[in-house]
Amino acid sequence: MERIPILRMGRVLLVTIQVDMHDQLAVTLQDDLTAKIVETGAGGVLIDISSLEVVDSFIGRILGNIATMSRVLDAQTVVVGMQPAVAITLVELGMSLPGIRTALNVEKGMTLLQASMDADEVVLEVADASLED
Amino acid sequence: MTTRIHAILKKYPSELLTEWLNVMTTGGMRRDALMKEAELREQCAEFLRLLTQATEQGNLTDITGASFTQAREMLERLSRSRSLQGFSPAETATFIFSLKQPLFDRLRGEYASQPQVVAEEMWTATLLLDRLGLYTTEVHQRAREEVIMRQQQEMLELSTPVVQLWDRIVCLPLIGTLDSGRTQTVMETLLQRIVETGAEIAIIDITGVPTVDTLTAQHLIKTVTATRLMGAECVISGIRPQIAQTIVHLGVDLAGVVTKSSVAGAFNWALKRLNQTISAQQSLRASGKA
Repeated sequence: MERIPILRMGRVLLVTIQVDMHDQLAVTLQDDLTAKIVETGAGGVLIDISSLEVVDSFIGRILGNIATMSRVLDAQTVVVGMQPAVAITLVELGMSLPGIRTALNVEKGMTLLQASMDADEVVLEVADASLED
Repeated sequence: MTTRIHAILKKYPSELLTEWLNVMTTGGMRRDALMKEAELREQCAEFLRLLTQATEQGNLTDITGASFTQAREMLERLSRSRSLQGFSPAETATFIFSLKQPLFDRLRGEYASQPQVVAEEMWTATLLLDRLGLYTTEVHQRAREEVIMRQQQEMLELSTPVVQLWDRIVCLPLIGTLDSGRTQTVMETLLQRIVETGAEIAIIDITGVPTVDTLTAQHLIKTVTATRLMGAECVISGIRPQIAQTIVHLGVDLAGVVTKSSVAGAFNWALKRLNQTISAQQSLRASGKA
């Protein structure tokens, strides 16, 4: 069966969608990704959709769901490389995906992800230090 | 089959031409300022010639037929050139209608003994010339519509320059009223430029937008949302006092949108956002004090 590969890079899971998403594929990705996050304890998920040229409301909703699920599983999610046409379509469909963080390309997305993961850790350290006092 | 009208046209070409020109002169339909007499005479002669040709087959009712192709083409040229020269559509149509009088006179003279025939032929001729006259009006209107379409297209292309202000900052100054067609182009251009330049912040300046209604506000919000989905941030600047009032009265929710009073303010915000600063050089500062 066709699957979208999920790559692990340090604490980040990298998902690159390079085929046209159909409904079954999207649902499979949702299952695989949530399982993988729990399995690896990943702190961040980066979804690259720069090759995705067609979206419908279902795919849009799945993207939103994936981001929300990852957040619930304590992984920051960034969607990168959305094409103008895709962005316009989603907006016209009334899906502004409010919970999703976005970046222009993988590089910027990775920086954003790293920064927010680091920020989480700092908070933890401060909390530890204040406990010792 | 040769019709009586065709016979008349063929028999008295030069007389008809002279009388036609006379009618136009006496009827005050000539506009010497716009068109020389020789040119008008030439056009009349050509039309008469083509009309004679067209009616040869006996077809006097269907001007869309093949026999009228040349006459139609000529009228099209004439109508277009006249609309450019500043004639009104009524004047162009009257040019054709004024042929009626000399033609009717000739018909009456030729078939004086058969009033029935004269009446019949006059009716046929009226129908034919009316159709041809209306055709010129139609062409005139079409020519105007083409001009309007072209100008609209040009306006669309002209009105959406996306300029790069700084590394990773682009600005879109909007001028004029925003309708849905234009906003669509604006949105597409902006998003495309964001991809091309890798910009992280887009400033939409609406100083030049006179009014905003719910639809326009909706479009602006859509643009901002689409920009965010692409991974860039959007700030709206230059909202006029009246527009601010309208937006609040209309109940449009701009809560998720950053707004600044001027492009300068928005630019400043963008620089801060990207952790960049602009500072005057030391030497310049010193000379400024001196």
